Amino acid sequence: MTTENNITKADVAHVASLAKLKFNDNELEKFTGQIEDIIDMVNTLNEVDTDNVKPTFNVTDQFNRMREDVAVRSGDKEALLANAPDTENGFIRVPAILDESEEA
Amino acid sequence: MKFFDISVSELHQKLVDKELTVTELVSQTLDQIEADQKVLNDFITINRTDALSKAKEIDEKGIDPDNIWAGIPIAVKDNIITKGLKTTAASKMLGNFTPIYDATVVERLQAHDVIIIGKTNMDEFAMGGSTETSFFGDTHNPWDHTKVPGGSSGGSATTVSAGNSIAALGSDTGGSIRQPASYTGIVGVKPTYGRISRYGLIAFGSSLDQIGPMTRSVEDNAALLNIIAGLDERDLTSSDKEVPDFASKIGKDIKGMKIGLPKEYLGEGIDEAVKAVIQEAVQVLTDLGAVVEEISLPRSNYGVAAYYIIGSSEASSNLQRFDGIRYGYRADDVKSLEDVYVKTRSEGFGDEVKRRIMLGTYSLSAGSYDAYFKKAAQVRTLIINDFNQVFENYDLIIGPTAPTPAYAIGAEVDDPTTMYMNDILTIPVNLAGLPAMSLPAGFVDGMPVGLQIIAKPFDEETMYQAGAAFEKATDFHQKHPEMEDK
Repeated sequence: MTTENNITKADVAHVASLAKLKFNDNELEKFTGQIEDIIDMVNTLNEVDTDNVKPTFNVTDQFNRMREDVAVRSGDKEALLANAPDTENGFIRVPAILDESEEA
Repeated sequence: MKFFDISVSELHQKLVDKELTVTELVSQTLDQIEADQKVLNDFITINRTDALSKAKEIDEKGIDPDNIWAGIPIAVKDNIITKGLKTTAASKMLGNFTPIYDATVVERLQAHDVIIIGKTNMDEFAMGGSTETSFFGDTHNPWDHTKVPGGSSGGSATTVSAGNSIAALGSDTGGSIRQPASYTGIVGVKPTYGRISRYGLIAFGSSLDQIGPMTRSVEDNAALLNIIAGLDERDLTSSDKEVPDFASKIGKDIKGMKIGLPKEYLGEGIDEAVKAVIQEAVQVLTDLGAVVEEISLPRSNYGVAAYYIIGSSEASSNLQRFDGIRYGYRADDVKSLEDVYVKTRSEGFGDEVKRRIMLGTYSLSAGSYDAYFKKAAQVRTLIINDFNQVFENYDLIIGPTAPTPAYAIGAEVDDPTTMYMNDILTIPVNLAGLPAMSLPAGFVDGMPVGLQIIAKPFDEETMYQAGAAFEKATDFHQKHPEMEDK
């Protein structure tokens, strides 16, 4: 498995679309080579016998911490909107979701 | 003013004795930082106005003689959010982002009247080991301006190393505090996972990230950890374990202490001159009465591979929030919602961040999850088991922090897999959630080399005890780069 790794430009373009990223042809070329190298490196994990080994996703023994279900005020609207790229009348403004619509 | 030869408690005494006002201290610190910024580029934002007004407030209120941090200016890495003070994570994506609340560590600093002097440069979203992936330009190592300071906390390491800040906060996901501490000749600590709240730390790899102190001395380091550690209801991974005085064992001898030296940490890929520095450090510790024995962490060599899958997977998920809608950068000339996402992210993130998002998305995607993400998480378990086994018989583990001293700016920037291997000695600690320190242990060709001390979970006190004993027996921490006192 370590040797039969063939990442194609189409694979990289597909993963990019899942990640909401887009590359031009030059970038796609460069990233395909680099990601192939990285995948080769991480494939060395196949040398390790992990049969019946439990995966570790977090090192704490803490599972969850619940709080009382009480409404609290958290940040005022103006402050929250201050970092938004585009606002109107106290709302965040975004472009039309459907291509054919003319106005937001 | 330079902080080369003064501890926090000595500086505090000067403030108490009114030899120096907080305003004078802060103003001289700002002048020095601004003067060196042109050569070092270690700050993204210098907090002049606010720091001076805070200084004035504290002068008016008076210095609490029991609070050694009152009025002390410190630098904060720019991925730790500060209310009203621009916080960018060194990314174009957050180039104009002004947080509306403080990180828990920042609240705790401010509760102790610490003054935030500025926000330090770093690798973009803490992804990198050289501070070269910053959108705001490279930071230069104070020991040799043609070399990297390490990363990702390169700006924090640089300002402390240059004597411009007496302390700084960094964050460490795979070595991002310890490796730059090693490259710049300072003390950097990654505490146990859960010791410090991550609330307000811009997330990279949430099961690995930990904030920690960067200082010139072991004592100052423990003193800074003392005021930022402890349970926080807003971070469910923060630990409810009691917070001790981390300096409580500093000054105690280390006779009979059992220290393991992993043979893998002095193996292939480690610079011979670095190995020699570490062998000398082993001799120093032995002379102090510690028992240093060779041990093995057989799976540690797989740490880098496991880390790049786990860290990148977590990053790909964490960075989905950057969508151009609610805050941060939004691309111009977008026609649809899909456009907002894709153009914003493609223009807002740099290449290293994109590589990690890609690797993470790939590792988590249908058909790859078992082969990559789950496999890496299983190897993580084995790496933890290796540490547990050693800690049954040893108090601490030591080794080099990094395989080499700092390298030339630009040398590795287009070769991600080579760059990733620089973290081979620091990554296993993050995977296992352990506390670890890097402290000055010698020089190779005029560049500093760090000794790494790894402790059991929540046993930072023993780590500080051994670090302080080593520091007292050597003079490497007293050496500093030649920087003009302005």
